[in-house]
Amino acid sequence: MSRTSQISGDAAPLAFNDNPAADSRQPRSISTGTQSHRLSSGGQIDRKQPLGFTFDGKKMVGFAGDTLASALVANGIKLVGRSFKYHRPRGILTAGAEEPNALVELRGGARREPNTRATTTELYDGLAAESQNRWPSLRHDVMAVNSLFSPIFVAGFYYKTFMWPAKLWEKLYEPAIRRAAGLGKASGAADPDHYEKAWAHCDVLVVGSGPSGLAAALAAGRAGARVILAEEDSRLGGRLLSENGEIDGKPVAEWLAGAQREIAALANIRVMTRTAVFGVYDGGTYGAIERVNDHVPVPPAHQPRQRLWRIVAKHAVVAAGAIERPLVFPGNDRPGVMMASAVRSYINRFAAMPGRQVALFTNNDDGWRTAEAVQRAGGAVAAVIDSRGAAPERYRGLSAKLLGGVVSAVNGGVDCVRSIVVRDAGGRTQQIETDCLAMSGGWNPNVALSSFHRGRPVWRDDIAAFAPGQCPPGMVMVGAASGDFSLAACLREGHAAGEDAAKACGAKGKAGEAPKGDDEVFAIKPLWHVEGGKAFVDFQHDVTASDVKLAQREGFESVEHLKRYTTLGMATDQGKLSNVNGLALMAEATGRSIGDTGTTIYRPPYAPVAIGALAGHHRDENFHAWRLTPSHHWAAERGAVFVDTGLWKRAQWYPIDGEKDWLESVTREVLAVRNGVGFCDVSTLGKVDVRGPDAGIFLDRLYINTFSNLAVGKARYGLMLREDGLVYDDGTTSRLAEDHYFLTTTTAKAGPAMQHLEYCRQVLWPELDVQLTSVTDQWAQFSIAGPNTRDLLKNLCDPSEDLSNEGFPFMGVREVSLRGGMRARLYRISFSGEMAFEIGVPARYGEAMAENLMRAGAEFGVTPYGTEALGVMRIEKGHVAGPELNGTTTADDLGLGKMMSKKKDYIGRAMAGREALTAPDRQVVVGIKPVNKTNRLRSGAHIIPKGAAPGPETDQGYLTSVCYSPMLGHWIALALVERGRERHGEIVRAYDPLRGEDMDVEITSPVFYDPEGGRQRG
Amino acid sequence: MRIACPFCGERELGEFTYLGDAAPKRPMAFAADGAEQPEAQDLFFDYVYLRDNVAGDMTERWYHGGGCRSWLTVTRNTTTHEIKAVHAAPGAGAQKRTKAGATS
Repeated sequence: MSRTSQISGDAAPLAFNDNPAADSRQPRSISTGTQSHRLSSGGQIDRKQPLGFTFDGKKMVGFAGDTLASALVANGIKLVGRSFKYHRPRGILTAGAEEPNALVELRGGARREPNTRATTTELYDGLAAESQNRWPSLRHDVMAVNSLFSPIFVAGFYYKTFMWPAKLWEKLYEPAIRRAAGLGKASGAADPDHYEKAWAHCDVLVVGSGPSGLAAALAAGRAGARVILAEEDSRLGGRLLSENGEIDGKPVAEWLAGAQREIAALANIRVMTRTAVFGVYDGGTYGAIERVNDHVPVPPAHQPRQRLWRIVAKHAVVAAGAIERPLVFPGNDRPGVMMASAVRSYINRFAAMPGRQVALFTNNDDGWRTAEAVQRAGGAVAAVIDSRGAAPERYRGLSAKLLGGVVSAVNGGVDCVRSIVVRDAGGRTQQIETDCLAMSGGWNPNVALSSFHRGRPVWRDDIAAFAPGQCPPGMVMVGAASGDFSLAACLREGHAAGEDAAKACGAKGKAGEAPKGDDEVFAIKPLWHVEGGKAFVDFQHDVTASDVKLAQREGFESVEHLKRYTTLGMATDQGKLSNVNGLALMAEATGRSIGDTGTTIYRPPYAPVAIGALAGHHRDENFHAWRLTPSHHWAAERGAVFVDTGLWKRAQWYPIDGEKDWLESVTREVLAVRNGVGFCDVSTLGKVDVRGPDAGIFLDRLYINTFSNLAVGKARYGLMLREDGLVYDDGTTSRLAEDHYFLTTTTAKAGPAMQHLEYCRQVLWPELDVQLTSVTDQWAQFSIAGPNTRDLLKNLCDPSEDLSNEGFPFMGVREVSLRGGMRARLYRISFSGEMAFEIGVPARYGEAMAENLMRAGAEFGVTPYGTEALGVMRIEKGHVAGPELNGTTTADDLGLGKMMSKKKDYIGRAMAGREALTAPDRQVVVGIKPVNKTNRLRSGAHIIPKGAAPGPETDQGYLTSVCYSPMLGHWIALALVERGRERHGEIVRAYDPLRGEDMDVEITSPVFYDPEGGRQRG
Repeated sequence: MRIACPFCGERELGEFTYLGDAAPKRPMAFAADGAEQPEAQDLFFDYVYLRDNVAGDMTERWYHGGGCRSWLTVTRNTTTHEIKAVHAAPGAGAQKRTKAGATS
């Protein structure tokens, strides 16, 4: 079977499964007759479970255990895609995650997923895949004309050709290029599946479950460590699934089954299959993506599609294996050329024979395994071409035709190899008939995880590859990933690393003996490039050997420049196959060594991670958690419109039947309060209990004004600065007892202010005896405002409570009994300018309190009001809020400069005195009225003097808060205006180029309503 | 990154908020005799704005807002993120010292 210049194809060996449809166990509707390249026995597929699938609409059948790629191989499909730039026909190159060619669009509708690797896609019944980047069909792709122009589409072509006019880049060149060159198309619809995020913790994380990983997990697990074994594949075993050989004297399959049984029996080992570890982060944190339901058409109800793991491990044993390197020779991209290790995978694991006459081109001993595997499975080896010229000792007995030399051409059609040309050292050529050329250029240890913390891989001449340099703390690389390729070394190193890691974590058990395997030699003599035609380095991005050399000639010698100029390694496979060949060619061109040429920086993620998985459930309305006020459900039942303020949902207004817009509702609410009584949930304000003998001194240092002299039973407005002298936050603080203050912050600053307070207490003034407790969530607080407030409260409070001006003066605070005996805190403070109280009850009574306020105020027409009416009333009163406390204003800008105590130090005191912060021309808070009372004001409009041309030089300020004032009957605003306090009565322009508005307005006092304050004191 | 909070144990970065260099000390605005410091504004300017850009070990303030609300003083290598020591701020609960997290 080894004399091989005969024509292939006409001599199908008996081992092929030519008529599996005769198997009576299969459903009648499914025929497996399409599987022309399926072996009749062997492999880890289940021939009793046929699975129907389509590729570009063509119906085919595979078996459970297949990947899409192996099912395509079994069905004799060679052409699976078109390359990115030249639209060259491409076939399945690998059997793993490094696949650059066999990218397909999977699924349909909103679930359509482009650029899915057929080699890692588990086959399921009904799978529908489409090829990409071709039109009108994969066989006949008109854009393949690009290939004819390939002499001009060289590296840097776009940069050189579309340099100018530069303005055409965005509009013309880039869209056109993107249409012509590109891969699959996303669905454009929202992803209907959901994703989740999870944490896991362990002593020892083992990455990869090949021989090294299994040995490590077994050793660490037996010793008693908590182990997580993460495997990207759906099955444990790694290369053991694809290779022949013996471990501990047993065939690998038998040993593997035993190892799996032992792992399953060890409760301290958690096995995570379909889980790729993609990143390494500080503190022993690893990112991993679990493809929970990528192997089924639609995830079962309540199950995520993918799960993002953050695994915290004290130690990590990375047994990520190695990736076989292609050879760079003319025609190496023709469908039918395949990695030698992939040929073994398809034969041994999937029982699919990639060719009927397999030729092998290798520069190392390991490639020879493929010749052995083909023959063992009953296939024919057309020839072995070893660039070193001689068969390795171990394979001398193999009855295959050996040719010393190189493959210098690959002949065939759009979807097949028909023959290859072999050139010997003397330049003599001969043609070999073959339909599958397996190639092996050596192996690259999978160093990625070792390099994410800037560990630089180290070149090793003995294996002609980069091995891991310094690993991140807590990580070791073992086996093939560390450059030790023999089975014996993998088992030995894995076992030792697992045992060491477990011991380092304090495990006391016995790790047992390391499994024993064959200590075969890995010998290689590098062959980086065969001259004579278009030889591909990066298959997906169509980077050829001559592109690398061109980059060097044009001065792009650094590896980072090489990458960006040629796009080498920038495809979806991220250079897993191509990088080292590219570096070697650059080294050759520059005369440097490969080690000196170096690698580009490795960055996570190693495996593709869907954005959806990174988002998890934090999307749409679940983007963040929501906080609901104590009266939220009550307000919702009344039809309140809610507004998002930070994490809170607050009632904005309460529309009633017949109201045509928000303005009508808000105006009604304001008038109801000003003429009667209303209430508003203000529980969102930050609330802090400040207790201790030094509480007063503490507050004196925090606020610009003084609190240590505040009488018990009184409240006071306070203003805090930042240490740089600008205003930080404001609020009312009450003194409930000698050593107990109740401090409030704005809603927005509740969290940051608490952090600031704790900083002052813990870091700045630890000597003060004071304790802080955040009680924002503990209290439901309502503002009750309007001339009838006291009447409402009389209905609510126990008759013994004196609510008169004398018994409960303005800014008074005390605990009261309500009718029925419940206690509440009552604060006589006003934000609206009306006679007002705030009442506080434990948060769980918030909803009941809202109902009670409605009952108690029913006879006065009590009206619940929202944040919008609250805002209108504070603007009418000239009270500053968020738009004025905007991080650029000083206390004096807000008209509160007089509050700044001269007698004490406080946060921001020194810096508030800076020249620019006390300059006379600062913008200060004023009121604004339109001259034409029918005009609507807009916040953000600029203030410019009348007659001046608008521009930065004439800009004197802007409107910060605007509203329609029901009391004045026209729009009003607060504004920050240069020297504003001296300019009351002046007419200026409110200029709003954004909305195209320009109007005359009058500068006024910011207090529009009840300037004497009689109403709130009455 | 993971920080070993002296009160809560080793916790993930997301629970903490970074403030910055722990070295600057808040100046006194008043002298011991109650007189105002004439150079207070200059001292505060340095305190508020001037920071070293450290490449290497740095003591920093971190706030465990997602946990016990303690302010911590963390010694961290700014180039490797290795955490060498974590202390509670002087006013944060009982004072105690912990070693850096085992996997920092």
